[in-house]
Amino acid sequence: MPFPLLSSIIFLPLLAGLLILFIPKGRTGMIKGVAAAATGITLLFAIFMVMGFDYNNTLMQFSEKLSWIPQVNINYHLGVDGISIGLVFLTALLGFLACIGSFGIKERQKEYYFLYLLLNTGMLGTFLSLDLFLFYVFWELVLVPMYFLIGIWGGPRREYAAIKFFIYTLAGSVFMLLSILALYFTSQPHTFNMLELAAAGSTFAKSFQIMVFVGFYLGFAIKVPVFPFHTWLPDAHVEAPTPISVLLAGVLLKMGGYGFFRISYPILKDAAIYFALPFAILGLINIVYGAFVAMAQTDFKKMVAYSSVSHMGFVMLGLASMTVTGFNGALMQMFNHGIITGGMFLLVGVLYDRAHTRDLDKFGGLGAKMPVYAGVLIVFTLASLGLPGLSGFVSEFMSLMGGFTAFRLITTISVLGMVITAGYFLYMIQRVLLGPLNTAWSGIADINKRELFTLVPLMIVVVAIGVYPLIILNYQSPAITELVRHIGGLLL
Amino acid sequence: MSAAESIRYFLPELILAGSAIIVLIAGLFAGKRAVLGAFCLAAILLSIFCMPHSYEAAGPLFSNMLLNDTFSEFFKEISLLVIGLVILISIGYKGFSDEDAGEYYFLLLAAAVAMMVAASSNNLMMIYISLEAISLISYMLTAFLKRNRFSSEAALKYFLFGALATGVMLYGISFIYGIFGTTDLSVISGMLGTAGANSLAAAVALLLVFAGLSFKCALVPFHMWVPDAYQGAPTPITAFLSAGPKAIGFAILVRVFLKNFFPLFTGWADIAQAVAIITMTAGNIIAINQEDIKRMLGYSSIAQAGYILIGFVVGTSLGIQAVMYYLIAYVLMNIGAFGCVILVSNSIKSDHIGEYTGLAKREPILAFMLTIFLLSLAGIPPLAGFFGKFLVFASAIQSKYYMLAVAGIVNSVLAVYYYMKVVKFMYMGEPRMVAGEHKPLSVKLALIIALAGVLILGLFPVPFLRWIGNSLL
Repeated sequence: MPFPLLSSIIFLPLLAGLLILFIPKGRTGMIKGVAAAATGITLLFAIFMVMGFDYNNTLMQFSEKLSWIPQVNINYHLGVDGISIGLVFLTALLGFLACIGSFGIKERQKEYYFLYLLLNTGMLGTFLSLDLFLFYVFWELVLVPMYFLIGIWGGPRREYAAIKFFIYTLAGSVFMLLSILALYFTSQPHTFNMLELAAAGSTFAKSFQIMVFVGFYLGFAIKVPVFPFHTWLPDAHVEAPTPISVLLAGVLLKMGGYGFFRISYPILKDAAIYFALPFAILGLINIVYGAFVAMAQTDFKKMVAYSSVSHMGFVMLGLASMTVTGFNGALMQMFNHGIITGGMFLLVGVLYDRAHTRDLDKFGGLGAKMPVYAGVLIVFTLASLGLPGLSGFVSEFMSLMGGFTAFRLITTISVLGMVITAGYFLYMIQRVLLGPLNTAWSGIADINKRELFTLVPLMIVVVAIGVYPLIILNYQSPAITELVRHIGGLLL
Repeated sequence: MSAAESIRYFLPELILAGSAIIVLIAGLFAGKRAVLGAFCLAAILLSIFCMPHSYEAAGPLFSNMLLNDTFSEFFKEISLLVIGLVILISIGYKGFSDEDAGEYYFLLLAAAVAMMVAASSNNLMMIYISLEAISLISYMLTAFLKRNRFSSEAALKYFLFGALATGVMLYGISFIYGIFGTTDLSVISGMLGTAGANSLAAAVALLLVFAGLSFKCALVPFHMWVPDAYQGAPTPITAFLSAGPKAIGFAILVRVFLKNFFPLFTGWADIAQAVAIITMTAGNIIAINQEDIKRMLGYSSIAQAGYILIGFVVGTSLGIQAVMYYLIAYVLMNIGAFGCVILVSNSIKSDHIGEYTGLAKREPILAFMLTIFLLSLAGIPPLAGFFGKFLVFASAIQSKYYMLAVAGIVNSVLAVYYYMKVVKFMYMGEPRMVAGEHKPLSVKLALIIALAGVLILGLFPVPFLRWIGNSLL
């Protein structure tokens, strides 16, 4: 039997979390060490996975399959392909960096790191599952630690934000459960296997597909979040502690987008084509509406949160296009957004740790006091607003290009979103870094080495993809092409 | 099979009945409740050991009054699990004194015998008598805190409702006797199979029987007794009431309606469907505002009965399996939750949810366990309650009961709010209560069994599904 690489990636954090439960509460150094080592080794495993991945092969790789509950044909089935590999790597990377970023947390550390590691297991499992039941278990597993992480270590309105997050996302995912069951009982033979369902997808009646698609849509759209299901996001992001915001924006939102790629589109392709126009319109609303709302914010973190709503709109637009370019753009946008926004939240956290406020109007002139911080912030801001040469531009451009072939008018209006985005990000730079120094911050310290350590790897990725996008396109493009061919979209 | 031959297969019940009498007498002399409790547990283990394996001797006992089959064996084992766990948590309960212990355990063992007989009853009279026995024992146990006004009030309400419900049921049975000339279920089922029946009269009769069983399962509108009885009864008895009679009620529902009266059931499904939806919705909505945890768990158990009823309404093989699986999960998570409530109330002398603030800091392990039980009740994977819900909803989707399935999932989301409210109090906030005190070993043991059960049932349901699959009617 080959080494179960994917299982190791998923369960190493959980094992470390259980180990932490047996470490005395006072030995915080050891707890942090175990957590960092576990997420670090997980990242190493993920790198092995990326290096061992054959990207010309569009089949599932590193597959593992064990019978779990044979009475209802449920299998422990894992695998990775060009669609999931980027997201797994992203999760492992952010999981490690946010763990380092968590070292600033001083309260109830044992519980924190246990829950943090449990969360990592849930996220990684979601991206690697190929059985719908297993997928659902991991998907829901994410909710519980996230509830506690927001509710215990969050900001002033943490309890409200935590329960809102929990109930909102649960409400979506239970409808997904019904759709999963409907697929199971309609397929012959009954199966939860995503690959078999995708192969059998064309035999399902269109009306049935539409019904099931809507069920999945509720689960995924709330996670993405797609307008009008986005209201949990600003609350959760603002109240969550910095490292958790990083994972929320960086990984959790992608679980929804990934669901479209892995489940809704391949299995329910007629419904996907049927809903292409609504997807494009929703993408447009997300892009423009999210950007306008972001512009109105005075809270730094809330602004970044709404910018996520805007950026995730490109994923919807790319998906709606039914073209290879659009799909590539959408998938890459998820990866890039994870890296960039993860970095943005870390940067907000750096400032908040020093100033204990996130009110944009209270800053000013920090560029001179914190030159290194200013430099890093500007890089991430420019990447986020889509400056050519940085990663965000490539994926947004591809999403728009795909969208343009299918929906000219909608795509043309969507481009406005990029202008507004540039507007509010530059306005933020102006308020935080430029202008006269607010004297309250005259003693503020620049970014420290630990914080820089969490940001530099992300910066390298941002620049590398911006300059040479093939490093990621090589992995995802064959799988995307295969997917578009399967759906019957345009191979453009 | 004649009475003399049947005795062999009635040994488990006889062991328990004999032990019950021994405990009652021993209680007069040796008052140590832990010792008596241990004796009862030994009797239960012996009884399980003597459980005749039905494949050896499946068939009628005592002139077809009882039926010895795998289905009844399943519910006998569930009954013994319930009583065993309740005895374990009773040993650590501080509400009553040692001198009452003999009487208390006598009633619990007698309840076990009544439940086992009810599970295997194959005659409507036998069903009535055994259910009445369970009810009478339940009233007495509810009133067991003699000097507590709430306990007496609860028992009186419970008794009045129960008397009405069983009266109604007996009335229904008399109709059935009038139609078929017998109360023997096998005979009735044979007659239905060949000749059919006067459907209107039979429908009325069945409606009345259903009403009586609804009382046992605490289905709306026969749920009114639940909150008061749950709050007033000693907490171990609350755990018993929420698990034992309910499981038996469902066993009889399945046996009577799905096995023997199935030809008449089709028109019935609509009524049962409405009852299921109303039961879970009412239970969940009222539970949201409860401030006493025992009342809250009471309403939650009403809602849980609504989910279980989905499997019954569907009535397919998968539906029955879902009912049976859900009942095991339900017994474990509910008794586990009440066990935690006992330990907390031993320590803070309150069942008020607001007093749970900061429990996680003082009692991390206890808070963790209660969280797991509540999450399982809420149906969060990978715990037992989730897989139970999964099977229930699967059976509904398979048979195209989409409305039931949607009502079920909407309710699961509603329910999360009040389960998580308790979790929120435990984990978010500063502790106000005094430092934790000694926790009785027996309660810990019960909690560990329940916790392990909830985890194993959720993660590795295969052997349990196999067991259930072999125990189907």
